[in-house]
Amino acid sequence: MSAKKGQWVQIHSIVLKPEERAPQVPEDTRKTPLVMWVKGYLNADAEIGAECEITTVTGRTVRGLLDEVEPAYAHSFGSYIPELSEVRQQVKKLLGV
Amino acid sequence: MSRKNEIMKKSIGIDYSAYETGGIAFDYEKMMSETGYALEEINEIQSSVSVGNTPVIELRNITALARKMSKTEQAARIFIKDEACNPSGSFKARRAACAVYHAKKLGYKGVLTATSGNYGAAVASQAAMQGLKCIVVQETYDSRKVGQPEILEKQRACEAMGAEVIQLSVGPELFYAFLTLLEETGYFNASLYTPFGIAGVETLGAEIASQFMAKHGRYPDAVLVTHAGGGNVTGTARGLIKAGAKDACVIGVSVDLSGLHMASDQAFNRKSFTTGHTGFGIPFATWPDRSDVPRNAARSLRYLDRYLLVKQGEVFYMTEALAALEGLERGPAGNTSLTAAFALAQEMKDGQIIVVQETEYTGAGKHHMPQLTFARENGIEVKFGEPDAEVPGASIVLPSCPSMIKLRDFDLNKARKSYIKNCLANYNVKEVSDADVKFLAEEIKADTEFVKKVIKELEA
Repeated sequence: MSAKKGQWVQIHSIVLKPEERAPQVPEDTRKTPLVMWVKGYLNADAEIGAECEITTVTGRTVRGLLDEVEPAYAHSFGSYIPELSEVRQQVKKLLGV
Repeated sequence: MSRKNEIMKKSIGIDYSAYETGGIAFDYEKMMSETGYALEEINEIQSSVSVGNTPVIELRNITALARKMSKTEQAARIFIKDEACNPSGSFKARRAACAVYHAKKLGYKGVLTATSGNYGAAVASQAAMQGLKCIVVQETYDSRKVGQPEILEKQRACEAMGAEVIQLSVGPELFYAFLTLLEETGYFNASLYTPFGIAGVETLGAEIASQFMAKHGRYPDAVLVTHAGGGNVTGTARGLIKAGAKDACVIGVSVDLSGLHMASDQAFNRKSFTTGHTGFGIPFATWPDRSDVPRNAARSLRYLDRYLLVKQGEVFYMTEALAALEGLERGPAGNTSLTAAFALAQEMKDGQIIVVQETEYTGAGKHHMPQLTFARENGIEVKFGEPDAEVPGASIVLPSCPSMIKLRDFDLNKARKSYIKNCLANYNVKEVSDADVKFLAEEIKADTEFVKKVIKELEA
């Protein structure tokens, strides 16, 4: 997949490699790099995974690997949680309302 | 990073060395008065951007439920300060209003803040209102690029208000990235822990005092404050004192996440609260100067009369009860102190007054339903039972009956001792002067005899 110049994208870069991580970092985290994601408008056409350059909303120029094109917000209200319905009924019943 | 102090000085405009007195001590009140703002000034700044003056709501049905559950059939009246009414949906707008105002006054072009919490949206909102650029640095994802729904929602809110959001994977080295950005942009460090940030919360305490005096002819008996980095406790308590409510008991409340390592990639998404929990509350109370400024203006042990812990499942239960019984749908993290208030009220008498000093907005991601969904997806067991059986990172236990929501005191003397120990270790002190003893006593709201006794114990 490719993205066009001017499209809203998310890029990522490695800030610290696993071997560069701080000594106080727990073992599981130390096995992973410190990754940074930034969003902005693509400065030239690029392929997903390829090195590219963006301009952020504050006007910074940032380089990184192209991650997502027009990234959407996917968080939601989640699934139905039966326990919460039970809580609702319980508190009303306890107060007789 | 060797240039840390230089970058900090340039990005905050405070020469912290002016308040150092040598040894452990520094002049806290001098720092607060010279670099902060007077209560009246803060009122003016906040009013000009529609921050503060939030309503107080009496939770009559929650109080009635507390009386039903109470062994004495008595319970204090519970009130809530509806801070969700602030422009960005939380009390953090108060801190942000002052930080952004100050940045603009000093001529900075933009503000930068490191936070995964409500403060990000607050700074973004204020930067939009006051016409500055804004960058928010968030710890967002684990190594699978999976993020807490609550943090993802805060990302959305910040971006909606025009901020650039920089996201990082788990780890304390976020601070390194933050410093690099401060240096690159020359923006103001809108830290949560500067004197102006804390002064911004003082109006919250002062409003509580004046609202209760005006309507009830008296100050509240207890004010419950969710405790994370300590700024909420510090600012609220200072405001209460300044407005005359010196005897109101100031109680901090955190969600018990003991056992979960905050910098662990695997544990990162096994918690359902991203703030207001013991992972911030205890380290910050016992060593405030771990923050992103040389001297943290948030020093909760100076003000805390009591520190209570609640469980994740209990807070989710109360969040549902607040919506069902009071018609107030608010975010779960903001209901941390409400949960403790429900149990504390039952230790008190009918005529007494408890104030829960905040609420926060709710919405997709920032809601107990997606939080519980996310917990289940990450292998956390969600069930009814005895709240004390909850194991952070493994289970969330909703109380089978609201009578099971209870008070768990975190021993403040233990926190005080720990603070003294941290001071001696971090300053590598060989001999503690009388001035240091006096300072330490003020820092932990104890007498000098207590401090001397602890130092002797530590030396032994």
